[in-house]
Amino acid sequence: MLANSSLPKIIFGRLTLDAFPIHEPILVATFLVVALGGAVVFGAISYFRLWGYLWREWFTSVDHKRIGVMYMVLGIVMLLRGFADALMMRLQQATAFGASEGFLPAHHYDQIFTAHGVIMIFFVAMPFVTGLMNFVVPLQIGARDVSFPFLNNFSFWMTVGGAVLIMMSLFVGEFARVGWLAYPPLSGVAYSPDVGMDYYIWGLQVAGVGTTLSGINLVATIVKMRAPGMTMMKMPVFTWTALCTNVLIVAAFPVLTAVLALLSLDRYVGTNFFTNDFGGNPMMYVNLIWIWGHPEVYILILPVFGVFSEVTATFSGKRLFGYTSMVYATVVITILSYLVWLHHFFTMGSGASVNSFFGITTMIISIPTGAKMFNWLLTMYRGRIRFELPMMWTLAFMLTFVIGGMTGVMLAVPPADFVLHNSLFLVAHFHNVIIGGVVFGSFAGISYWFPKAFGFKLAPFWGKISFWCWVLGFWCAFTPLYVMGLMGVTRRLRHFDDPSLQIWTLIAAFGALLILCGILSFLIQIYVSIRDREALRDVTGDPWNGRTLEWSTSSPPPVYNFAFTPVVHDNDAWWDMKQRGYERPLQGFKAIHMPSNTGVGVVLAGLSVCFGFAMIWYMWWLAALSFVGLLAVAIGHTFNYKRDFHLPVDVVLQAESTRTRLLARV
Amino acid sequence: MNTRITIAQDSAEVPVFYLADEHEHAEGASTALGFWIYLMSDCLIFAVLFAIFGVLGGNYAAGPSPRDLFDLPLVAVNTSMLLLSSITYGFAMLTMEKGRIGATQRWLAVTALFGVAFVGIELSEFAHMIHEGATPQRSAFLSSFFTLVGTHGLHVTFGLVWMVTLMVQVAQHGLIEANRRRLMCLSMFWHFLDVIWIGVFTFVYLMGMLR
Amino acid sequence: MSADTHVVHADHAAGHGHGSLRSYLIGFGLSVVLTAIPFWLVMSGVLDSRQATALTIMVFAAAQIVVHMIFFLHMSAGSENGWTMMALIFTLVIVGITLSGSLWVMYHLNVNMMPGHAMSHMP
Repeated sequence: MLANSSLPKIIFGRLTLDAFPIHEPILVATFLVVALGGAVVFGAISYFRLWGYLWREWFTSVDHKRIGVMYMVLGIVMLLRGFADALMMRLQQATAFGASEGFLPAHHYDQIFTAHGVIMIFFVAMPFVTGLMNFVVPLQIGARDVSFPFLNNFSFWMTVGGAVLIMMSLFVGEFARVGWLAYPPLSGVAYSPDVGMDYYIWGLQVAGVGTTLSGINLVATIVKMRAPGMTMMKMPVFTWTALCTNVLIVAAFPVLTAVLALLSLDRYVGTNFFTNDFGGNPMMYVNLIWIWGHPEVYILILPVFGVFSEVTATFSGKRLFGYTSMVYATVVITILSYLVWLHHFFTMGSGASVNSFFGITTMIISIPTGAKMFNWLLTMYRGRIRFELPMMWTLAFMLTFVIGGMTGVMLAVPPADFVLHNSLFLVAHFHNVIIGGVVFGSFAGISYWFPKAFGFKLAPFWGKISFWCWVLGFWCAFTPLYVMGLMGVTRRLRHFDDPSLQIWTLIAAFGALLILCGILSFLIQIYVSIRDREALRDVTGDPWNGRTLEWSTSSPPPVYNFAFTPVVHDNDAWWDMKQRGYERPLQGFKAIHMPSNTGVGVVLAGLSVCFGFAMIWYMWWLAALSFVGLLAVAIGHTFNYKRDFHLPVDVVLQAESTRTRLLARV
Repeated sequence: MNTRITIAQDSAEVPVFYLADEHEHAEGASTALGFWIYLMSDCLIFAVLFAIFGVLGGNYAAGPSPRDLFDLPLVAVNTSMLLLSSITYGFAMLTMEKGRIGATQRWLAVTALFGVAFVGIELSEFAHMIHEGATPQRSAFLSSFFTLVGTHGLHVTFGLVWMVTLMVQVAQHGLIEANRRRLMCLSMFWHFLDVIWIGVFTFVYLMGMLR
Repeated sequence: MSADTHVVHADHAAGHGHGSLRSYLIGFGLSVVLTAIPFWLVMSGVLDSRQATALTIMVFAAAQIVVHMIFFLHMSAGSENGWTMMALIFTLVIVGITLSGSLWVMYHLNVNMMPGHAMSHMP
């Protein structure tokens, strides 16, 4: 009898019908929208018989260009989810005053602000910068792909796997309610025994594997696969920032992996790392997570600094000013980012000596960024500036990010931070630098390299609408938060007692609606660009009169990138080639050695999601099975020694001849 | 980087901007560096575990402390198992260089045996401690101990699985280039684990007895 | 077989080291000595001061790690054109910062914030 009653428990762990939130109207509505949207998308793909195409050409592709595009798509999809969370928070904060409790109960609101942070950092910002680096770096260094193409595909699918786990938490169970960094003891099993916290852990661990491997991949690529003649100091600045970013990834993500593993052990096995008793110390979690967390924000910003360097030089028609100092500034930022982490918890009580050390290092780290600003300005000085979209985003970045950086220096002063820590001032600061920096930079990168990826430009009109909505929307949404923060208002509040604050939260909500218009305009822009692609077509491969090697290829580049490996003589290699009378070779092509597509990455990621889900719901049999499956597939894959092929000469010849014809049309 | 092209110095001539005559990239040229970088990331995971041990290792929570638990002679035996396995792997690499498949397989098998001995001794040590009530849940010190030493042991176990897999693959394909690369990577992994063990026996066992 | 050895030599041109019997045996011998002495120091308690013992075994550990790096891992400044050395140095710096930073920060946090000590800061 006992065996009968516990059989469902053995099979389903702690998963019961209660896990499905059928009593929560907002979630039911969300589910219906997602289900409908999903049905439309899946239906359309099936109707147009595109599954085979998608599987062969995209999902199993080991081509860095395809993988880069897929990362961007992931980022855009997750932006919609993360922004929905933002809108809900703004609406709640605009309405929940005095007697009104708003429309979100605490149980739900706490999940929303946690999910918003997790999604925006890990599944929007990281995919955007990873996608840009993936697409651009091999082209910029004159390589045919990254060092480890299969690993690249696997990394992408692991990131998707993490996103899937997070999204699952909407409809099966719930998400964590502990903030995006999940401090114990709140995140420990005593105070958060529910599945939400476990969704958080496994989502991040799965995605983290992908990110770490991607970091190793890109460092090896940049070190080993540069074209002949491209010494380190002749690399494009975007490649330099990509190198430093990936070094940071390799050096920082293991810390996150280890800390989350320790938290898991506390939750699953009952160890005492971060508990309140038996010798545990929750402050150690905070310490370790920020040893990861600070380099993480530099991982987000360095690539976009690289984007701005490329865009500024191209659209000013001038070589980037101060190349050497740019490189040194990037390297210095990389190293210094490891010496500032305590500024995230000045108030935890480490005392004056420790706080002053980290306060000083934090102030010092703003200097190399300042140097970069001056270099960009001096690049523009006396240049012939073209105000295309990428350049507009760059200018908006310069004005927005600098202010955000300055508020950061304010927070770097420990006594000031004691007043401002965890206030809305802090929230405004980091959104200022992340939106002004990472988001604006991602849009600059997207509009800059979109023609390279797809062969036609993005429609400028809707792009400009999106731009103005974002810039005005950002300032409208976050200036009130600066004001409230200086007045002492705390972050993550669901309800306010002081009615005088409502005007500010209303203005902020309006700003959020403007940003919504910006996002919608961006989606419209994509639709219009695809619809009008012939009018926006670029046949030369170099629509902006670019300076770096990616612009020497067709748009989109052939699968092998370069028929002949380029030889580099100077910085801005493509510019150099154009100035010195380079002529494209029209014959003498050879068969090209290429890596084969594979579905193993998808399978491994799927098994990882399965494993994560099983661990979350305590379905131990499924966890064991998926783990064994992971090992079996991974080991089995190593028995496949034939992972490459040669692209025949006539395929190369045909692609190159097509390009010759298109170039002749111009 | 190979620049076997003479670059035209004469300003009237267009410089060479592409490799017309390209040697195919040696396959796996990035593997050794890529694996080394992975090892560096693994090093950082261990660094966190060492930091945790450093901070929490003295929190006995009125429970057993190192002096109550550690059997240094046994740890010395275990250390020698791992050190011997390192040198036998070295011998395997030497016979691999000479292309001697049989000898390589034999040295790999010996290495694996030493590795199994290491893991076996460690597991019995853990079992004994748990039997005495010194469980990972008993105190932060014990949580850190089991996690740091256990993670190292898990790495060794994974290395053993990898070693067996490679022995099968060498038996199937011989000492082809791909297998040599893999043996080289496992070599780096295996020696790296011995390096970590130096840290473990010094900071956990020896220093623990000195606290 | 000769094709294989050709490619193997191409690898060596890029700078992987590989050992010789002599270097492995020297490394092994040094490691045995560098292991035995610390164990002996702790087990016999020969040095009176715990501090001195602790310091000595740490120095021996560092030395043995260097021995492993050179004789077993064939670490050299030339390997992979200096990149393996650079990666190692960078990692060691980060490890150093993580360990010393955590110990320093947590020591101060413990003194100021852990129960038992807080009372002494009360007015």
